[in-house]
Amino acid sequence: MSKFLKATVATCVLATPVFAEGYGLGREALPEEIQAWDVDIRPGGAGLPEGSGDVWTGEEVFADYCAVCHGDFAEGVDNWPVLAGGFDTLADKDPVKTVGSYWPHLSTVWDYVNRSMPFGGAQTLEPDEVYAIVAYILYSNDMVDDDFVLSDENFAEFEMYNEGGFIVDDRAETEYTIWRKEPCMENCKDSVEITMRASVVDVTPEETAEEEAAAQVEDSTQVAAVAEDAPAQEAPVVAALDPELVAAGEKAFKKCSACHQVGDGAKNRTGPALNGIMGAAAGQAEGFKYSKALQAMAEEGLVWDEANMTAFLTKPREFMKGTKMSFAGFRKESDLEAVIEYLKSHAE
Amino acid sequence: MSDPTQTSRRAFLRGSAAALAGGAATAASAGTPDPLITEVQSWASGLGEGVDETPYGLPIEFESDVVRRNVPWLTADPISSINFTPIHALDGTITPQGCAFERHHSGAIELRKEDYRLMINGLVDTPLVFTYADLERFPRENHVYFCECAANTGMEWAGAQLNGVQFTHGMIHNMEYSGVSLRTLLEEAGLDAAGDLADKWVYVEGADASSNGRSIPMEKALDDVLVAFKANGEALRKEHGYPVRLVVPGWEGNMWVKWLRRIEVMDGPVESREETSKYTDVLADGTARKWTWVMDAKSVITSPSPQAPITHGAGPLVITGLAWSGHGKITRVDVSKDGGITWETARLGKAEEDSKALTRFYLDTEWNGEDWLLQARAMDETGYIQPTKDQLREVRGENSIYHNNCIQTWHITPDGEAENVEVS
Repeated sequence: MSKFLKATVATCVLATPVFAEGYGLGREALPEEIQAWDVDIRPGGAGLPEGSGDVWTGEEVFADYCAVCHGDFAEGVDNWPVLAGGFDTLADKDPVKTVGSYWPHLSTVWDYVNRSMPFGGAQTLEPDEVYAIVAYILYSNDMVDDDFVLSDENFAEFEMYNEGGFIVDDRAETEYTIWRKEPCMENCKDSVEITMRASVVDVTPEETAEEEAAAQVEDSTQVAAVAEDAPAQEAPVVAALDPELVAAGEKAFKKCSACHQVGDGAKNRTGPALNGIMGAAAGQAEGFKYSKALQAMAEEGLVWDEANMTAFLTKPREFMKGTKMSFAGFRKESDLEAVIEYLKSHAE
Repeated sequence: MSDPTQTSRRAFLRGSAAALAGGAATAASAGTPDPLITEVQSWASGLGEGVDETPYGLPIEFESDVVRRNVPWLTADPISSINFTPIHALDGTITPQGCAFERHHSGAIELRKEDYRLMINGLVDTPLVFTYADLERFPRENHVYFCECAANTGMEWAGAQLNGVQFTHGMIHNMEYSGVSLRTLLEEAGLDAAGDLADKWVYVEGADASSNGRSIPMEKALDDVLVAFKANGEALRKEHGYPVRLVVPGWEGNMWVKWLRRIEVMDGPVESREETSKYTDVLADGTARKWTWVMDAKSVITSPSPQAPITHGAGPLVITGLAWSGHGKITRVDVSKDGGITWETARLGKAEEDSKALTRFYLDTEWNGEDWLLQARAMDETGYIQPTKDQLREVRGENSIYHNNCIQTWHITPDGEAENVEVS
């Protein structure tokens, strides 16, 4: 900051008088409005609401809302951020930058979880849930014991591992002094060799008709294989739903609700709305942009019958290579069964 | 020529010279009369579309390959991701909104002007709420600025990786913004309550689910930051923050908060996620730079390049590209054809007053099938010369993601193709 102020331009700007008289536009913000929007948390915890959360509650809440993308142990699913581990890797090639190894302030974790998470359901967590999630993230980083309780009272005491790991932009001293000079125009070096070619790495996206067709063939093979494995379908019967199972499904559906809505007024969010999904042909939610993988399987006639839905929700990415759904799959058969029953209860 | 819509996109993306050479060759051979001239063509005889056909037009179908593209393996989900401006196919300096890169963290939301509110609170004399209509009643300014994502060229740190200038340098756009200076709005709320402004900050925050927020020192906030509601003369596109976004000239794109909903005057930075865990630069020893806001001088040749190969054979060739600097004006761009041994100065096709805006450069030259290692090197009004990748690595190591403003090399082969390479 002080460095920045040394710049003469900046000093001039501040020296220009700021006039008090205005245009009389806008209206005064009400305290309730400021309270609703001004929720940022500062280093040290300024701005935190009263509340607390322990590691074990955090584990449950994390499993419900966060594990879909970040993994049960905050290890990160696919390309989603890893939140735990990576200590002492920052000087290595490909450093692992996690909450534990890299983030300099605990306030940032609370602030971000509270305002921006869960993905597709932001700003819905209660303060105690946020405290619990943050406590669990610390636990998953081995930074606290399992009996740790985080609250607005002990928040400021907490020191992050990499708190001292940052320096303010020093390019003016370390770079500009070297690179502000007369440019060389001739004989700037003795020889030039190509040392690396992008074509060798070959990661540039290509859109070709051939490749898309090939991918579709691959997908359709999968559909066929799944169909063979699936038990022969009985004629559709409107079976009575088990209310207990539906209730259990509603609970288990929490895992899905970060991305999916179901019920009255359900809309497409990160995932499509799921009303009437059981028994429906795949890819039918109006206005939802499905993955190419799902579109291809839908074209092959994929129907969300119980067998296909079970296979999909057990291992989504195995059933549908290239699916946009980031969920890793239900581990408990009872949860899966319940969610399917719950979805059945939301027919069109 | 076959129907362009049927042509494999591979031809455009890899820039197969052969796929495009046919038409050019016909026009150039003088022996036989060109039927396009000697015969009456359908468009010269029949009728085109009426004025009631297209209330708001898209580019003609023949330009359908000039689109934003993304790199699927880069991110976990296209909703929190980035795409790239097709700079290989554009000229001049203004980026049309419809193909200007997008980066969002929770998707491009739809927020009506009627539902738009902007709050200014914190260390101000009177916390205020503005509607969209209120903003339009403040004195307005127009400025052209580039917006570059700090991660532009970030995938190239470890070596030449992506074969296309759209992918290596396409996280940039350049628009003419209309809006109100942030200074005007802060003055409206009154800054007496803030006391000494030298150590004050403003925190700016978006209305979308990501609630992207960044802290900006008061000096910058009072200098040239704009609260913009029009770009290139029309409303912002939803993917660029409709109805209102922040414009932070010369500074990294993440600070240009879209769907701007709140400005808080503070006595220190928030240290939000996007200014600690992201948009910080890990150096070789593991320490990280923070607050690296300014985008240093950078340039790149957009044609010829892997997606825009030389298709016309030997003879006159226009080498063109873009240069920009977050420190101000571009004063000079040099081009090398031999990988940096010798350089010649390019012609700037620019308006003199452009500062913190894209500058177009041209080198009108001749190519006769030589092997070239083509590079561009920008210089800005502070005398800063764009460094090589090796120079950057020497200072920063190889673990950075952001702020890679190195000199780019394209290998032009005798068949006119171009490839992304790294040279010694």
